[in-house]
Amino acid sequence: MTSTILNPLALIAELTHRCPLHCVYCSNPLELKSRRGELSTEVWKRVLREAAAAGVLQVDFTGGEPLARPDLVELVRAARAAGLYVSLITSGVPLDERRLAELVSAGLDHMQLSFQGAQEEAAAEIAGARVLAEKLQVVKWVHAHRIGLTLNFVIHRQNLDRLEEMIALGEESGAGRLEFAHVQYYGWAFANRENLLPTREQVDRSIALLQQAEARLRGKVRVEYVVPDYYAKYPKPCMGGWGRKLMLITPAGDALPCHAAQVIPGLRFPNVKDQPLREIWTSSEVFRKFRGEEWMPEPCRSCDRRAQDFGGCRCQAFLLAGDAGVTDPVCTLSPHRAMVDEIIAAANAAPAEAAAKPDWLYRPNPA
Amino acid sequence: MNPEMHARPRLAAGCRLSEPNRDPRMLLMPERALRLNGPSLEIVLRCDGRHTVQQIITELQKIYSKAVPERVEKDILGYLTLLHDQCALDFTIEDAAAAPK
Repeated sequence: MTSTILNPLALIAELTHRCPLHCVYCSNPLELKSRRGELSTEVWKRVLREAAAAGVLQVDFTGGEPLARPDLVELVRAARAAGLYVSLITSGVPLDERRLAELVSAGLDHMQLSFQGAQEEAAAEIAGARVLAEKLQVVKWVHAHRIGLTLNFVIHRQNLDRLEEMIALGEESGAGRLEFAHVQYYGWAFANRENLLPTREQVDRSIALLQQAEARLRGKVRVEYVVPDYYAKYPKPCMGGWGRKLMLITPAGDALPCHAAQVIPGLRFPNVKDQPLREIWTSSEVFRKFRGEEWMPEPCRSCDRRAQDFGGCRCQAFLLAGDAGVTDPVCTLSPHRAMVDEIIAAANAAPAEAAAKPDWLYRPNPA
Repeated sequence: MNPEMHARPRLAAGCRLSEPNRDPRMLLMPERALRLNGPSLEIVLRCDGRHTVQQIITELQKIYSKAVPERVEKDILGYLTLLHDQCALDFTIEDAAAAPK
């Protein structure tokens, strides 16, 4: 049994839930926090120092849209001063050349820019806003600086047939890293799953195309992709294991082992306003609950893969099987796998080309 | 890809060393980090856009004078290739016309 507690390596700092985009697969919870509930600059700065002291190497400033925080430059500076590698996970809206220059001189190491597609009309349907041209302008501004740039494309049923265009856009952009992430079904994506889940044919074709791109661009552009786990044989090692590598702080200061953990009923999340980060990581009930192997049921408990995928995703186990403590139902060894097979069968019963415009549930912008 | 001896490697945009006061030293990159041991740290410290590949090899052969020089060279070229494949390095060749092929 593994009981050693590793240091957290990365901190995901969700600075706000406010966002000018309304993406139908947003990873934020369905219940969004308003501006009034957000942590102050001073608390965030303390959290960054505590994170670095606890061993964290990298911080991802994300949201919502982190640019919505007027103190973002100050937080980037504080993170660098604490010795952290600083990434900004952003839609790029709203950003101007001057603020970008300020972020870079404050120590920003890397920007990850989200894309909803390679074509304005289709991207706007997913984002609920026409912003592709603005994003492409941001790419041009970034090239005036020497920071890392990742273009992140979220891929799904509605845009997979235009994957080549997205790969081409990524290649032309001059970004050092391209990420193609199949939608993961939590939060808003879970609510919109029917219209997002690809067919098997789409999945197979996308993986072949991405493997080709990865090989063709090796040494020039780093191509990474996330496969949709409903189609996988084994679950993803969600967050690299519960309470093993990452900590996420919500806009209000709750410390979570992953983006979606708040869906699991009965968990009480410690808040960074009340408790030091190191203490939350090592001894809070919620971070210990699914850490290591002690909590594991069969078939995980005696499975050779348990140190590889850590039982998969606890949130997915709850969302699909109604119990966060069982093997991730996407695992073909799970007694609940039939549920996933049914969902996949439904997704493959109709062609990917929708007969009518999907009835999306758009994510709102909280006050 | 095998790096050319007169090329000057430097860390790619978005890649840098962790602060010297934090142990172990790491090569920090977008969404990942590589732990650096003695020789790999010595190599990465010299990927500054000023040292040529040949100079890095010569300097490390001095530091690790008990090791077989050919082996040091082979290890350095292998490590630089690995970093290049991970998009952690750029190679600049200032005077391509004068460079031996």
